[in-house]
Amino acid sequence: MAVLRAEKISKAYGGVAALDGVDFDVHAGAVNVLVGENGAGKSTLMKILAGVEQPTAGRLLLDGEPVRFSSVREAAAAGVGIVFQELNLCPNLTVTQNIFLGRDLTTTPGVLDHASEQARARAVLSRLAHAIDPDSLVGDLRVGEQQIVEIAKALVDDARVLILDEPTSALSAAEVEVLFGVIGELKQAGVAVIYISHRLEELMRIGDHVTVLRDGRLQASRPASDASVGWIVEQMLGDKSRDRPRRSGPPAGQVVLAVEGLRVPRPGGGWLVDGVTTRVRAGEVTALYGLLGSGRTELLEGLCGARPAQGSIVLAGEDISGLSLADRCARRLRFAPEDRQRDALFHNLSVGGNLGLSSLWAFVRRGVIGGPRERSAIDAMMARLGVKAVSAGAPIGTLSGGNQQKVVIGRCLMTAPLVLLLDEPSRGVDVGARGELFETMRGLAEQGLAVVFATSDLVEARAVADRVLVMAGGRLTADLPIDQADEATLIAASNGVGDPSSRSMELAG
Amino acid sequence: MATEISAVQAPVVPQTRGVPALLLKLRALIALAVVVAFFSVAAPNFLSASNFLIMFKHIAITAILAIGMTYVILTGGIDLSVGSIAGLGGMAAGTLILNGVTLQPLGVVVYPSVPLVIAIVLLLGGFAGFLNGVLVARFRVAPFIATLGMLYVARGAALLLSDGATFPNLVGRTGLGNEGFPWLGSASVLGLPVTVLLLAALALLAGFVARDTPFGRWVYAVGGNERAALLSGVRVDRVKIAVYVISGVCAALVGMIVASELVAAHPASGETFELSAIAAVVLGGASLSGGRGSVGGALIGACVIGVLGDGLVMMGVSEFWQMVIKGLVIIAAVVLDQLQGRLTAAGRT
Repeated sequence: MAVLRAEKISKAYGGVAALDGVDFDVHAGAVNVLVGENGAGKSTLMKILAGVEQPTAGRLLLDGEPVRFSSVREAAAAGVGIVFQELNLCPNLTVTQNIFLGRDLTTTPGVLDHASEQARARAVLSRLAHAIDPDSLVGDLRVGEQQIVEIAKALVDDARVLILDEPTSALSAAEVEVLFGVIGELKQAGVAVIYISHRLEELMRIGDHVTVLRDGRLQASRPASDASVGWIVEQMLGDKSRDRPRRSGPPAGQVVLAVEGLRVPRPGGGWLVDGVTTRVRAGEVTALYGLLGSGRTELLEGLCGARPAQGSIVLAGEDISGLSLADRCARRLRFAPEDRQRDALFHNLSVGGNLGLSSLWAFVRRGVIGGPRERSAIDAMMARLGVKAVSAGAPIGTLSGGNQQKVVIGRCLMTAPLVLLLDEPSRGVDVGARGELFETMRGLAEQGLAVVFATSDLVEARAVADRVLVMAGGRLTADLPIDQADEATLIAASNGVGDPSSRSMELAG
Repeated sequence: MATEISAVQAPVVPQTRGVPALLLKLRALIALAVVVAFFSVAAPNFLSASNFLIMFKHIAITAILAIGMTYVILTGGIDLSVGSIAGLGGMAAGTLILNGVTLQPLGVVVYPSVPLVIAIVLLLGGFAGFLNGVLVARFRVAPFIATLGMLYVARGAALLLSDGATFPNLVGRTGLGNEGFPWLGSASVLGLPVTVLLLAALALLAGFVARDTPFGRWVYAVGGNERAALLSGVRVDRVKIAVYVISGVCAALVGMIVASELVAAHPASGETFELSAIAAVVLGGASLSGGRGSVGGALIGACVIGVLGDGLVMMGVSEFWQMVIKGLVIIAAVVLDQLQGRLTAAGRT
């Protein structure tokens, strides 16, 4: 039975239809899965359901009654809560303060009831079975933990409809299990969960109803029991073939990056990365697999100079461990961070401005940028990576997540790097674009680049890499060529149960 | 034109649609047209060529400061010390011309020529800006606080140079070869005041650097997303230091122009100049959080403030009412800026 129903919803932005007459039923006590490529209209539909935006045409029915949400607050009051894909938290406030932001509990009007807020925050966090101190600052938490806080924020409202927009994109496998447990509970309690994700296996596991959007239209909708991954992909992509045979890798080339005993200190004592020794070769794609908190991000940040680190890092024969991040960049070691919005995109620059930022000097003519050579290089890079944008002059904010990610990678590539470090490159990138992204990464390796990417997705690690490094507790626990990297081994290693015969265990020990 | 988008990767000007949006976008120009039209009717002699030349000399003071300030604000910073640095610059020029430099070991007093005086004072302004920049970039002091400190330090230094007195009659002496300082503030070339020509040259250069050079792009990048700039290999610290140096040099130049116009240097000269400069930049459409704005916009903003000031004086409006009106104009500009931001957000997918 549909608790919330969208009827013939259309939404146009300045004449461009993002949604075109979409019907969507949200069933109570069930997980309502919404899938589609980036740009298919999922986010727009969710924004309309949650009151962020208003439809150009069509209507919403809540319990059969027509409703209009003119703000998120109104939607929340009616019991429709949303957790956005991009985090909306104040890093300078504590977990409790964030949870009750805008709906503060008071003793007498105007006076905050700290005790009740604390108690309820604790209760909702324990319901999420997650050991987050309600008094810790959100800015000190990892992305995954912040996501949990976002969910807690929605749950504390007693939402009847809870929209989760790619909630697992930043979560480790263990946290995903926690989340699925919570979703199961919410289902039992009669809550309608709307779940958006690009991880199809996830959708098949927890979904009850599957709705597929394509190009702003409702493509198909059916119970999950009648759907399969193949069916979903077919509905999403139409006749575009997505089969990518696993190529046999070229022989790896010279060692371009040699790391010895790398340690990244944890603020307040201890080590985030604790003695990592490894080598990376040209022409090789290396996956750095690890759960949240394993130190994979910190290892990449330590390598590129974004974090202070100890130990030796030799890039193409030169010890770069004493150099600044900018100097390492100049020596063609490039890093693309995980959180694009926060760490990589310039919303005040165009697509072209974002792409060309790191390579301005390469195209400068008599001190002037933006010449024909730079423009054609930018156009060529956009074509090479398949960046879908009106033009290089378009605002970066008008691009979908996948295309933004390509721009970030493209910025690195325009500097002709030797080593490319990518942190969770597929975060927020849809399935179709993901395939292209992975092809791009493979293509770069074939051109002699050393590509290292951090991931918390097993399937991704195995599908793209020539070699998988596994991290747990700041140490390397496995270093496997792809043909030996079966899931069981990787999972065991990521939980710190390394294979004693593994080469890296000896090195680390 | 300040708001033109031409090159492929020019910084993105917020794109809004429709007539109200267009009016908002061009608000600084419209405001300028409105004040000029108003005073043309309300103040006799306002439209005369001689009045415009005088007005442009006034505008140049604010505009040159605003050019430096634009760079600082584009990185997300602020420079409160420009008025004081201008005061210090004027006083430094004054003491160099009147008292020269005593070379201690020889006991000789050397009087630098005017070009050398100008160079030394510009270096001094740049050094003050460098200190601001180092505090902001390396010691992570909030720009507001760092430059507030410099505001006091530079003003104090200006007062110390003369023990609070004015340096009068800065014409130099024939025998010492340091004549000609008044040229900067009162001479004309081809019928145009040197000050105005200087402003034009500076504006063209600053506009070019902001739009067409790597440094300019870095300035926008640092203001747009500092961490992303850092991770992209931009030397963020150097960019920040550079913008404060530029601002300091502009301030020192303004200090000398003022001293040259008056043929005297007063230690209190330049007080509250920083506020007009910031107002001009904001009127010109810059965002105080950085990443958005332009040199052209700041120029138009400076014109609005200058025309408003002079026009009100010509109408005989009291100084107190002038302050109220200027304040209201600045507030209106920021409100309109917010409106434009909202329209832009609404038009975005």
